[in-house]
Amino acid sequence: MSKTLLDIKDLHVEIEEEGKAILKGLNLEVKAGEVHAIMGPNGAGKSTLASVVAGKGGYEITKGSIDFDGKDLLELDPDERAKEGLFLAFQYPVEIPGVSNINFLRTALNEIKEYRGEEQISAKDFMALVREKSKIVKLDAKLASRAVNEGFSGGEKKRNEIFQMAMLAPKLAILDETDSGLDIDALRIVADGVNQLKNKDNAIVIITHYQRLLDYIIPDYVHVLADGKIVKTGDKSLALELEEKGYDWLNEEKVG
Amino acid sequence: MSTVSISEKVDSFIRHLDVSDIPFQQSARERLNRLDFPSSRDEYWKYTRLNKISKQTFQIYNDPDRINLTQHIISNDYLVVVNGYIREDLSQYSKLDFEIDFFSADRMSKNEKFDHFVNNNDIFNTLNSAYFEKAISVMIGENKVNKGPLQIIFVTKGENIIANNRLFIDAGKSSQSEVILTFVSKDALNCFTNQVTEAYLGENSRLTVHKVQAESNSNFHVSTEQIHQQKNSYCKINTVTLSGLLVRNNINIQVAGQNCETHMNGAVIGKDTQHVDNHTFVDHQVSNCFSNENYKYVLDDRSTGVFNGRVVVQKDAQVINAYQNNGNILLSGQASINSKPELEIYADDVKCSHGSTTGQLDEEAIFYLQTRGISAENAKKMLVSAFVDEVVGAIENPHVLEYIKATSQDIHGWSI
Repeated sequence: MSKTLLDIKDLHVEIEEEGKAILKGLNLEVKAGEVHAIMGPNGAGKSTLASVVAGKGGYEITKGSIDFDGKDLLELDPDERAKEGLFLAFQYPVEIPGVSNINFLRTALNEIKEYRGEEQISAKDFMALVREKSKIVKLDAKLASRAVNEGFSGGEKKRNEIFQMAMLAPKLAILDETDSGLDIDALRIVADGVNQLKNKDNAIVIITHYQRLLDYIIPDYVHVLADGKIVKTGDKSLALELEEKGYDWLNEEKVG
Repeated sequence: MSTVSISEKVDSFIRHLDVSDIPFQQSARERLNRLDFPSSRDEYWKYTRLNKISKQTFQIYNDPDRINLTQHIISNDYLVVVNGYIREDLSQYSKLDFEIDFFSADRMSKNEKFDHFVNNNDIFNTLNSAYFEKAISVMIGENKVNKGPLQIIFVTKGENIIANNRLFIDAGKSSQSEVILTFVSKDALNCFTNQVTEAYLGENSRLTVHKVQAESNSNFHVSTEQIHQQKNSYCKINTVTLSGLLVRNNINIQVAGQNCETHMNGAVIGKDTQHVDNHTFVDHQVSNCFSNENYKYVLDDRSTGVFNGRVVVQKDAQVINAYQNNGNILLSGQASINSKPELEIYADDVKCSHGSTTGQLDEEAIFYLQTRGISAENAKKMLVSAFVDEVVGAIENPHVLEYIKATSQDIHGWSI
């Protein structure tokens, strides 16, 4: 049996200060080698889930737990979560003028290696890794050395997210609406990249509105997140059903 | 009969300072009788309170100790000045590139360019004129192109010492040179560096000045760079302030000839209760010139900053392009900055712009970097470095750049 990487139990989350409840008793278990898709209507709490797992501030966890590979994730800072092998591909990757993509990734990689008690990567090996991994998402080497996301097109930003994922080789990656704003060619490149990175020891959680990304990255499980919890779980056919019927029938099903 | 009585503050301030019998210095000492320390009512000192300096009584002390400055030496030609006294025993330079002399006020004031453009109603300039021991005279011959820079290391050492440093640079026609001014302390407490640098840029000359301020955090520093540019000249001044309790830099540039270029870049990294004030003044007296300045402040803890950028375009000085930018990041809720552009334009065919921004580090960017495995502390440093890099990264001399990074590492625990 493969090991559990992410184990979310009865998670309740409010927005700090406002006290507005967003997640209301969410459960999710992701095992190594699996691909999960989380779908759901706007405002259901999909991006909040991604943010809370990654450790973003501004949320209060009022109940529940998140374990990651046996560790209590909620005890860790965002960078420690990354060092433990968690990765979040942002819906809106942040532009950071003046910080080069390459330099920050090297710092990140070396901080992660230090945390794990591994040796630092040499400049030469690092550059070889950059060349190898940038091919996965067909990212121009010039983009790799520019300031982080600055002046990147929407598609380039998303490819850069997957490039970073490839560089950091996480145990679990959450892709938060990575498909949004992508044309069909860019979508294919990103999906191809993710598929190349997928293996039996890691796992991927895809957050998306649309089924189309799931044509390229085939999920083992599809969950519907509505009003702060998972209301239905199925296989990839559930995504097709959702695409066809929308989300309203789920409410009817619940009532009925 | 009218009597002018010296202000109590000034009287107390100079109590332990002896003036020479050189007429130039006697007359400066006379002027002190009618000058006083500016108060916050004075427009140009509104945000910089001087009582920390004016309440003190400083001594002049020629410290004879040998001191090790290895970590601060970044040029083959360097002069060492300790507490305002030139230390030839610690200096090393060839006379081939720069013609360097150490002149008493008597000898120095025979040069008609000397002190000519300096504001004699400014108390700090006047204190400097009255009490400097010897002026450093740097003559750069016509057509002389100096490959290596001249470095001058100004050191403060001891307790309650005033260092009246006086530097005079005459860049001859079509000459090119670079001067590095580094300010450091050795076992210094409550010392005061009172600096006056004059530079006369002859026709078609180029002069770059790098100024790195890294004195002890109990030190005071007031300096004036008085620059005069003749036609077709190029002047660039980079000022990097890494420490000091109270630092005030006045850069006054008279652009007196056409087709001149003037650049000023500044970076300030402040912490604790430091106060750093940069006042720049570019006086465009004639047509067809370009000036550009960019100052960046990063202030932490309860540190405070002041930026006042004054640009005057005189009547008939047409086709002037003058740009100014001041960007500030406050790392703590207690840090503050007063930023003030002052554009006075009396000509009509002029392009002037200024921009001033103040903000905090981008929380979204910090989180983004953290999700890649970078600690919050390192993420912040990375963002701060990126912010000041526009100024610091533009310093062409790699030795100066390396020195700034190493010194920042020493003082702030990280390399900007």
